[in-house]
Amino acid sequence: MLNYFNPKNTILIINRLQKYVLILFLLVLVIGLLEALVLSPEDYKQSDSVRIMYVHVPSAWISLGIFSIISILSFGILIFKNKNFHLITKSLAPSGFVFNLIALVTGSIWGKPTWGTWWAWDARITSMLLLAVFYLMFILSWRVVDNNEKAIKVSSIIAILGLINIPIIKFSVDWWSTLHQPASINLLKETSIHSSMLLPLGIMTAAFALFSILIFLMKYNTELIKIKNKGLDRL
Amino acid sequence: MYGKKVKLRALFILSIFLSLVLISFLIFKSLEENVIYFKSPTEIKNLSELESKKIRVGGMVKKNSIKTNDLEINFIITDFKNELIVSFKGSVPNLFEEGKGVVAEGFLEDRNYLKAIKILAKHDENYMPPEVKDALKGNN
Repeated sequence: MLNYFNPKNTILIINRLQKYVLILFLLVLVIGLLEALVLSPEDYKQSDSVRIMYVHVPSAWISLGIFSIISILSFGILIFKNKNFHLITKSLAPSGFVFNLIALVTGSIWGKPTWGTWWAWDARITSMLLLAVFYLMFILSWRVVDNNEKAIKVSSIIAILGLINIPIIKFSVDWWSTLHQPASINLLKETSIHSSMLLPLGIMTAAFALFSILIFLMKYNTELIKIKNKGLDRL
Repeated sequence: MYGKKVKLRALFILSIFLSLVLISFLIFKSLEENVIYFKSPTEIKNLSELESKKIRVGGMVKKNSIKTNDLEINFIITDFKNELIVSFKGSVPNLFEEGKGVVAEGFLEDRNYLKAIKILAKHDENYMPPEVKDALKGNN
């Protein structure tokens, strides 16, 4: 069991895992894109521009999910002084940040033809921008703070502060009147997306999640190699 | 199972976190007026005094209320309790339609009339293929 946490073994396992995740990601992405761009029907109102949803919504979900994981692990870092979690949060952040930017940009591209504006300072869009700022602060904290111990603390505090923003993003469309439409998928209500459009949405979410896992594994591996090269045989 | 220090740390960090949540809740509560993106026609009716600054009003475009001429487009925003007449010069977004959501940005002339400088379509959360929409219409 202890051997699992030996960087040398973990690097080998991750290297093997990366290949499988990459193959699975490409497979799911091809099916997802085919389903999203060709097979799924156009919307009764938006016609083909509805297809932006299959990139926009999964990106937003993934960026929210990754930030939540980072925040929860950050509690573990600060409270239990876990020596492994900061490598995980550090490695998760870049893909979360990129998906956050993709959600903002595709939302903007989608907004122009449908709403009539590139940008609106409504609660959903502004809180999503704030999430991107938190991601940026988190990533920058590792570069700005020289002392590693301090960087771990600073980044964890940023992640915990950002956690407050997560429910605000989720419920902004219910709490305040916004230009952004309310959620279509709700655990308590019937989904207001037709099943033929829900399928590509699900597959694309799986593809983006796999991509995040792939980038995470690569980044995590790099961090482990950095530690190994410093001559430390523990995490 | 955990040491006393870990428990104290957990209590400390969680209490800081909870107080920050409470603070941000109170801030948002007091800023509600600014956080909302648009007002409803009913809220406009109940304004104590007319604002001269730019304002956004949102609701549904009333059925059969869109009238266009060479110069401008006129329509009525309704929240099914109160109505507001809007006039606008310019082009409207693709999803602007009768019976659908709209947000009009502009200046109030009086409590019933808004001169809009920008029209935004507010999309709803329903997505379906045209055939399904037609089938739904057939049932009603």
